[in-house]
Amino acid sequence: MATTTPGPQTNRLGLTLNDYKGAPSTLCAGCGHDAITGQIVRAFYEMGVEPHRVAKLSGIGCSSKTPAYFLNKAHGFNSVHGRMPAIATGTMLANRQLIAIGVSGDGDTASIGMGQFVHLMRRNVPMIYLVENNGVYGLTKGQFSATADIGSTLKTGVANDLPPVDLCALAVQLGASFVARSFSGDPKQLVALLEAAMAHRGTALLDVISPCVTFNNHEGSTKSYTAAKELDMPLHTLGFIPAFSPIEAEIVPGETRVVDMHDGSKVTLKNLSRDYDPTSRAGAMATLMESSGKGEFLTGLIYVNEQQPDFISALNLVDEPLATLPEAKVRPGKDVLDKVMESLR
Amino acid sequence: MAVTISAAGAGGRLGGDPVVNDFSIQVATVNGSGSQSANLVLLRSIFRMGIPVSGKNLFPSNIAGLPTWFTIRVNKHGYIARKAQNELVVAMNPETIVQDEAALMPGAVFIYNSDLKFTPSRADVVAVGVPFGSIVASTCQEAKLRKLVTNMVYVGVLAQLIGIELDEIEAALSKQFKGKQKAVALNFDAIKAGAEWAKGNLSLEVPYRLERMDRTQGKIIIEGNRAAALGCLFAGTTVVAWYPITPSTSLCENLIGYLEEHRLDPETGKATFGAVQAEDELAAAGMVFGAGWAGARAMTATSGPGISLMNEIVGLAYFTELPGVIFDVQRVGPSTGLPTRTQQGDLLALYHASHGDTKHPVLIPATPQEAYEFAYQAFDLSERFQTPVFVMLDLDLGMNSWMADPFPYLDSPLDRGPVVTADALSRRVEAAPEGAKHDVFGRYRDVLGDGIPERTLPGTPHPLAAYFTRGSGHTSEAKYSEKPEDYTWLVDRLARKHETARKHVPSPVEDWRGAEVSIVSYGTSEHAAQEARDLLAEQGISTNYLRVRALPFAQSVKEFVKKSRRVYVIDQNRDGQMHDLLRLEIDPADAPKIRSIRHYDGMSLDAMSIVAPVLEMEKH
Ligand SMILES: Cc1ncc(C[n+]2csc(CCOP(=O)(O)OP(=O)(O)O)c2C)c(N)n1
Ligand code: SF4
Repeated sequence: MATTTPGPQTNRLGLTLNDYKGAPSTLCAGCGHDAITGQIVRAFYEMGVEPHRVAKLSGIGCSSKTPAYFLNKAHGFNSVHGRMPAIATGTMLANRQLIAIGVSGDGDTASIGMGQFVHLMRRNVPMIYLVENNGVYGLTKGQFSATADIGSTLKTGVANDLPPVDLCALAVQLGASFVARSFSGDPKQLVALLEAAMAHRGTALLDVISPCVTFNNHEGSTKSYTAAKELDMPLHTLGFIPAFSPIEAEIVPGETRVVDMHDGSKVTLKNLSRDYDPTSRAGAMATLMESSGKGEFLTGLIYVNEQQPDFISALNLVDEPLATLPEAKVRPGKDVLDKVMESLR
Repeated sequence: MAVTISAAGAGGRLGGDPVVNDFSIQVATVNGSGSQSANLVLLRSIFRMGIPVSGKNLFPSNIAGLPTWFTIRVNKHGYIARKAQNELVVAMNPETIVQDEAALMPGAVFIYNSDLKFTPSRADVVAVGVPFGSIVASTCQEAKLRKLVTNMVYVGVLAQLIGIELDEIEAALSKQFKGKQKAVALNFDAIKAGAEWAKGNLSLEVPYRLERMDRTQGKIIIEGNRAAALGCLFAGTTVVAWYPITPSTSLCENLIGYLEEHRLDPETGKATFGAVQAEDELAAAGMVFGAGWAGARAMTATSGPGISLMNEIVGLAYFTELPGVIFDVQRVGPSTGLPTRTQQGDLLALYHASHGDTKHPVLIPATPQEAYEFAYQAFDLSERFQTPVFVMLDLDLGMNSWMADPFPYLDSPLDRGPVVTADALSRRVEAAPEGAKHDVFGRYRDVLGDGIPERTLPGTPHPLAAYFTRGSGHTSEAKYSEKPEDYTWLVDRLARKHETARKHVPSPVEDWRGAEVSIVSYGTSEHAAQEARDLLAEQGISTNYLRVRALPFAQSVKEFVKKSRRVYVIDQNRDGQMHDLLRLEIDPADAPKIRSIRHYDGMSLDAMSIVAPVLEMEKH
């Protein structure tokens, strides 16, 4: 009897999980960022995205190194500290057919890059913006970042006496069209959110608690593995059904909500404790404030708006990438010059 | 009607032959009082009479209320630099009238608003008091419109005094108000009333006259910023990201206007460009180079403070080799400085923008036509060399009105640089020997030994296309590296690339006459320098001339210095930045030949500011 060795599993493009991997990580063993990298790889694989269509961008920090560790076959860009949003905006202007994923840190985003973060959110640039949030500066060895909770301590025992920036609340307030929070230690939820983010047209902010094992995993930290697990308050159990798979059978009516994504995909939300409506901006805001008041750390899809036009659509750009438009489309003829000259006589 | 006319004193020109087509008119008004239209009509009507003119606006950093001056230089020889003194001055601003009178040259004609509390005191000038209020009241029935047309009255008075043809004024008005007949008529009535009044009340003949010439036939009037915007339009710019700052703002505003008019896809009506008003210059530069990375022709325009903010991204773009064009329309100062005055103080800051070892091509236009051509060329250079390219203008060029020949259509094909497509990769793989098929592209390889690498664009559908861009040390294959030899290889290649650029940037303009004295200038100093050369020649000093049009210096710049006996380098900055840069790059043996002439008070350069120091130093 002939035996066939089963080949590796493949996705709808016939690619294997390996095709979505990157260079070996150089981060500390156990760093939350590596766990997130693993889920990014999985999400792109499961969604069957062509790797060459992806642009992966980042600023500077341990977190910002991670684009090197996934999707080897995609163009990547480590830019400068806190300025990835502008680079990503320019990239998407040049080529709207790219799928952009930006990875940032809480220092990169909430301190030096706050200005650009804010404007990216309000422009609704189509991309996934993932913050690997550990409450500290990893790469510069353990200073507080602006998302550190009040009262939390550094390894040295120094306590933080400033209130944290809540990136999700900020994003909702700014009009971001997809806002979610997750935890690097919850692969299932994270993958579902990443896949939903890929289906979304507009900015998808993912604020992911990602413990820094070297500088912020001690007692007194509110962003350690232990703390994140203890304080985690999921809004719902999440399911994601891509547009290309048969769906009907999976949706259980009743306590399950279904959010239709722009590309026809569906996010299913099975509510845990309350009837949470992620399409209400005011509700999202109130829930965020309520839970932060209780010291909870709320995870799940917090807000989504599939109607809001993204930045590129709002600019009414041609469908082809601006970057490769032929000369005939971008270079007016001599008649135009003559007309302009005539007007200046 | 009170008309004050005092005779010109001994220094005046009264009584002699009139000066024809060679004088300056200055109008002093209050910022925000709508004098700009009157001044442009004045400028354009003289232009329409075939007489060479240039117009300069001296305005405060203020929206309304502070003093502003507009100067029109009329010159039959075509000199267009500022003159330190004006033959005709119109004083409309109570705040500056005393100062305006005090600054007059002997023999000047001083037309002032006699409704102001002011008594002329200079005996050596011709003072003409004009009752603007009553003239306007007589022509404009509607009281609330009177303020709008008051300034037009001086156009009429001047027309009568120096001989501007009313037909040409009417044509200029029609242009100014885009043919809106009501506005044209209203303003023309005020002008005619001014002319009538002058005819009836002023018996004197002023010694300055305009006579029709044919030296402006076919020419245009344009500001440098608009010219640069046109260069960007025809260069196929697809991404504009900018943040407003004087004096660069009108460059992007004009460009966006042209893009909206001429760059919508005819079939779909959709835009073939993306224009973003960024949140600041950090973001504007980031968007430009992000777009450049992904293959777009992207630009921004700013001024000194913006350049400071963009430095970090400029360094990233230099090191990671991204194209993008940055226009610096210079103003004065460290910090906010004098935001509405002109200087060439950013030369070194542009050449070496950012930290570490960085050097960038800087193109330096002197005229609107060069602003147009260099803007166009900057994109080609930037994509060919995959590096930021600066175009250095200044407020004088950018915001003032210049006469120019109509621009030629630039029909060289756009140089998009060495971009490797998916097809090209496939062909290379096919042609490569077994075992080398995976090695057909390396982002930072020095393919031809000229320092210029190849790139693929994000989104290229080929498994070998992707590479990683990073501002930290990297190898020729774009892999992270901190190895000393990898770093030195990389920065040496970048230096090699810069050397190659030396041969491709615009070459200097040179006029070698074998004279004892040589003059080197750059940018807008050209105009005063050319006039100064003629004035020096009248004093018996013949001069060689070289105008630098770009950094890095062409080889011929060093040669020019070598064969010169004595070189005067003209800078519009305190520290003699070009002078210093030249001394750094020439043969050290030639350094003692070089002398520095510096002008840095914020006013555009005039010929005498060159002539006087040269004469002085030539004595020694
Ligand atoms: C302009 C600038 N300032 C400071 C730094 C130094 N720096 C590098 S990474 C970093 C903080 C990174 O923190 P975060 O974004 O939270 O990422 P993490 O390392 O924690 O993942 C800082 C301050 C820099 N690279 N550039
Ligand atoms: S320092 Fe912290 S954030 Fe950086 S790699 Fe190590 S664990 Fe991760």
